[in-house]
Amino acid sequence: METSEWIEKFVLIVILFLVTLGIAAYLTYFERKVAAWFQDRIGPDRAGPFGILQPLADGGKLFFKEDFIPFAAEKWLFILGPGIAMFTALMTGAVIPWSTDLVLFGQEIALQVADVNIGILFIMGFLSIGVYGIMIGGWASNNKYSLFSAIRASSQMISYELAMGIVVITIVMMSGSLSLRDITNAQHGMNWNVFYQPVAFIVFFVCALAETNRAPFDLPECESELIGGYHTEYGSMKMGFYLFAEYVSLFTSSVVIAVLFFGGYNFPGMDYFEGNTLALLGLGALFLKTFFFVFVFMWIRWTLPRFRFDQLMHLGWKSLIPISLINMLITGIVTAFNEGWF
Amino acid sequence: MSLELIATLLGGLTIGSALMVVISKHPVRSVLYLVLTFFLISSNYILMNAQFIAIVNIIVYAGAIMVLFLFVLMLLNLNTENEPKSTLLVKVSAVIAGGLLFTVLIAALREGVVMAQPGIIDANDQGLVENLGRLLFTKYVLPFEVSSVLFIAAMVGAVLMAKREKQTVD
Repeated sequence: METSEWIEKFVLIVILFLVTLGIAAYLTYFERKVAAWFQDRIGPDRAGPFGILQPLADGGKLFFKEDFIPFAAEKWLFILGPGIAMFTALMTGAVIPWSTDLVLFGQEIALQVADVNIGILFIMGFLSIGVYGIMIGGWASNNKYSLFSAIRASSQMISYELAMGIVVITIVMMSGSLSLRDITNAQHGMNWNVFYQPVAFIVFFVCALAETNRAPFDLPECESELIGGYHTEYGSMKMGFYLFAEYVSLFTSSVVIAVLFFGGYNFPGMDYFEGNTLALLGLGALFLKTFFFVFVFMWIRWTLPRFRFDQLMHLGWKSLIPISLINMLITGIVTAFNEGWF
Repeated sequence: MSLELIATLLGGLTIGSALMVVISKHPVRSVLYLVLTFFLISSNYILMNAQFIAIVNIIVYAGAIMVLFLFVLMLLNLNTENEPKSTLLVKVSAVIAGGLLFTVLIAALREGVVMAQPGIIDANDQGLVENLGRLLFTKYVLPFEVSSVLFIAAMVGAVLMAKREKQTVD
């Protein structure tokens, strides 16, 4: 790679990192406002106009709290847990195509950190190792509630990963590539996957709820049974990292849903634009779709009650996996038919 | 060459963390080192441009199998008191068995394999999904199908074992 390319990628990574963290911080504010709206309250309104500085106040509070490690905890693993949770949540942004190429200073700049050949599998991989943050933290706290939570998290994530993986296979069949750039380009204009694969979208959405530990599948941090779940023993910025990682993965999974099913940066009428205008409008379209899904995630959280654990397992293994398998079979047959194999 | 330096470094780290799996006293730590080893093996694959195998290695081994290992170990709550005592006889026989395995592996790998240099496989992109899939369904279709039969047998066995246990409880 040339030096200019190194600089370009470096700048892109830094921007992506800052934007993801900034959005995650403001999602905490957004969630509280949405919750307030659903419960007919006002929500945070003390810090700044409309409480807009609330995330900064919360972050500052978490930073300056005493950093405490329980006596009976495994010290290094206790520190490692939140770090892994944050790291895996942030890594998935690297393969997402944010928009079409932008032309700046006479150079084409791809708004994607890495267009790897295995894009969607990269995301699945980091999703599947995201559970280590919770497991290590929960076990290292040396608290039985945390341990229960860690075990719940791991079994839940493994169960829902299966259905999610099968759904991803159907999407890969539709576009014939694992690269997220190719998957997006295959949905040009209004040709979105959701119109061809509505069942796959629903299964993927439910699995995404479970993978991000959001209500109604937030059993790992079920307050009424497990106090706080895996972060019971955590305080200060370590707990902040866990909470933050949840919002980062909420954001990234909304982006992934938008990219896989709702055409990513594609929007109807995109053929009338070109160059930088198209790139910026595409970026706007992707963010609009993303924030819509973020809102739906929150809407579900403040509307539906929590599942019981056996209901969760039944839904995962006995409903979602068979549905996604049948869906994959039908997609395979139709694809083969379209390719003229019969 | 910087590529060779990276390869050497990664190889060293891989062997180091694999050794830590054996050396660590606590089983949970051993499993975590094993996870690290899988990651390092995956990075070795990436160095050989075998992206698909690298990520599948992470998803299957680090993401699923090791989580289940960790799951079981966390529930077992192993302490040093109830650890099985290994007698001298066990230790000696373990050393002999391990040494024999090592000898056989060295003998098998000494001449047969041309050591793959990192970067060489870049030329034909064999590890990328399209090429790998084409190879699996043409040249290596028989071994591929045979191994899938093996997997199905293992799955049927697992289901049967789980079922039988349930019947005795009833």
